[in-house]
Amino acid sequence: MSEKLSTIDLVNKNLARRYRREKRFRAYGIASIMFGLLCLVILFADIIGKGHSAFLQTYVRLNVELSAEALGISDINDPSQFVRANYDGVLRNALRERFPEVNKRREKRNLYGIISNGAGYQLRDLLEQNPQLINTRVDIWVLADDDYDTYYKSRSSDGSEAYTGRFSETQIGWIEALIADGVVEKRFNRTFFQAGDSREPEQAGIRGAMMGSLYTLIVTFVLSFPIGVAAAVYLEEYAHKNRFTDFIEVNINNLAAVPSIIFGLLGLAIFINFFSMPRSIPLVGGIVLTLMTLPTIIISSRAAIKAVPPSIREAALGIGASKMQVILHHVLPLAMPGMLTGAIIGMAQALGETAPLLLIGMVAFIVDVPGGITDPSTVLPVQIFLWSDSPERAFVERTSAAIMVLLGFLIVMNTLAVLLRRRLERRW
Amino acid sequence: MKKTLMIATLAATALGAQFATAARDYISVVGSSTVYPFSTVVAERFGKSTNYKTPKIESTGTGGGMKLFCQGVGVANPDITNASRRIKSSEFEMCQKNGVRDIIEVLIGYDGIVIGNSVESPQLDLTLKELFLALAAEVPNPDGSETLVKNPYKTWKDINPTLPNYKIEVLGPPPTSGTRDAFQELALEGGCDSIAWIKALKDSDKDLHKKVCRTVREDGPFIEAGENDNLIVQKLNANKRALGIFGFSFLDQNSDKIQGSLIGGNPPEFETIADGSYPVSRPLYFYVKKDHIGTIPGMQEYLAEFTSEAAFGEEGYLSEKGMIPLGDAERAKVANAVKTLQSMSM
Repeated sequence: MSEKLSTIDLVNKNLARRYRREKRFRAYGIASIMFGLLCLVILFADIIGKGHSAFLQTYVRLNVELSAEALGISDINDPSQFVRANYDGVLRNALRERFPEVNKRREKRNLYGIISNGAGYQLRDLLEQNPQLINTRVDIWVLADDDYDTYYKSRSSDGSEAYTGRFSETQIGWIEALIADGVVEKRFNRTFFQAGDSREPEQAGIRGAMMGSLYTLIVTFVLSFPIGVAAAVYLEEYAHKNRFTDFIEVNINNLAAVPSIIFGLLGLAIFINFFSMPRSIPLVGGIVLTLMTLPTIIISSRAAIKAVPPSIREAALGIGASKMQVILHHVLPLAMPGMLTGAIIGMAQALGETAPLLLIGMVAFIVDVPGGITDPSTVLPVQIFLWSDSPERAFVERTSAAIMVLLGFLIVMNTLAVLLRRRLERRW
Repeated sequence: MKKTLMIATLAATALGAQFATAARDYISVVGSSTVYPFSTVVAERFGKSTNYKTPKIESTGTGGGMKLFCQGVGVANPDITNASRRIKSSEFEMCQKNGVRDIIEVLIGYDGIVIGNSVESPQLDLTLKELFLALAAEVPNPDGSETLVKNPYKTWKDINPTLPNYKIEVLGPPPTSGTRDAFQELALEGGCDSIAWIKALKDSDKDLHKKVCRTVREDGPFIEAGENDNLIVQKLNANKRALGIFGFSFLDQNSDKIQGSLIGGNPPEFETIADGSYPVSRPLYFYVKKDHIGTIPGMQEYLAEFTSEAAFGEEGYLSEKGMIPLGDAERAKVANAVKTLQSMSM
């Protein structure tokens, strides 16, 4: 037996240890992924757990006597009378009929609170379309107030447990009586997707914020994509390598790391204070976000252009194409998938951005759904911020629901970016 | 492809520039976060019940709102600013200097600040002086000499033997909040001025007076509980011996769980706040640029909606949201001033 171990013995001796290390090394990786997944699951479970109930909304059926006298309509051909008619009055009459025992002033006010104060407008829309209903008795489903909505949603099926909030025994009595009558129902919350913001949770929706986000992103895309691509083409195809272009490159990379709130301050100083553009409009928001997205687009576009093999350029030049023809006919079409991917990722970033928009006044109470880039609006993340700050309890679930919608958009955009890259990108 | 994109860019920029200078067809409101919940309710109803667009309301704080408001006349500037105090003479001068000459002042109601605790604890009867002694950073020496010492009081009993022997624990809003500003100004400074020699400081050393009277202690008894008044209400339920500082609307909505302490013998109620006998209350205003009436559609109608009986009246929807309405005579005066578009002077 030789004293010195042969190489194979050395290897064998260490082999078990090396396998263990290998396993540990892999386990670290798996643990990291598991941790990430766990966080994601907790986040999603929390948001969906809180937010799913916002997609349903409680309605109450009322038997309403639409007498022309109570409404104050004397001439059904006069539209101005329909605007001013006393819709709340007839709805209140219906509630008093259902609960005739209520006669104290304060109690009556509580009773009227069962239905949303938007119910009157609902009735107005109904009557404007069907004026023949006047002087008849109809059953209509109207929006319930947010407190009753929360109560009904949290109620267990036998009514033994529910979130009572600031309800009195009488109020619980009313709603239980209505439930026993079978005139309370949960329906899909269409308002949430069709309405703008409101101070009444049951009438609040994200349509306004969604359109605001859409207009802001359109402005951002229309500005940042051509500018970004032009800059990338020049830097890759024309610019000489010298100190000046190095300086520009360093600055573009730096710009990508600047905190977004700085862009907001810049936007406030330049566009609003200097050019005196109005506050809170998607046009200004889009320009500010353009500044923020440009570096992302320039960097990814340059990478995409760089990935086009030089042989293609040389071949085109060889058969007599000019430099511009080479770029427009060959390089750009081949680099387009990569550039679009970069642009979509930049847009997804811009969609989730809040800080710079706060400074240019896009955090405001806006009810009307914006119809263009110069109408005041908010965006989805700002709407989430505004709702999370509201005292009404029913806004908690709406905040989570809005987060779900925003996450949905982000997931769609990022998936699109991945698909584009997979399907269109060519490999050489 | 690039060419079309370039053209689109140019077109978008040109369109934008054109729209940016065009007339605005909605009312733009800025200002106090205390008035925000009330003016948003009015704006929403105004938008739904008329053919005008719903006004846009930004919550910028009273000071920030005044700054924007006084920048000048023209569609780029807001039409109305909300305020949880009266306009200062310096702000009024700034407005005048920038060409905002005619301003209509509208007093809409009051907001009370409540010092409350859980209904399961006894209701306290405090004076402003006791509040000052409990919460100021520096208080007069208990031995009676005219010097200031670091606040030595640990329990309410230390301050006044008739008060319960509880540790002083007060949950209140952070310095960024308007409620905190008003509490410091009205409650602490009010209590401070009931001590004669500190009040005399006001004439001799104004800055020192302000510092002594408005600095809140930072050694534990005053607990900053965040901007959210809901949270303070929840914490008072959990900690029965603590007191909390919050807006009157939250007392109104949670009266089954919390009660307001009496201040100088007056309970925080609609009537006492409205007639001024409850001392920790402040007026709520909004200011209107007269030059914009006629230029911006719907201004006069919005003012009319805000000052209608259905809104700011005794039983109006703003009182349901927690605003304390003005007295009958005061309301009539305000409604009349708004109708005749009377501009203010200082």
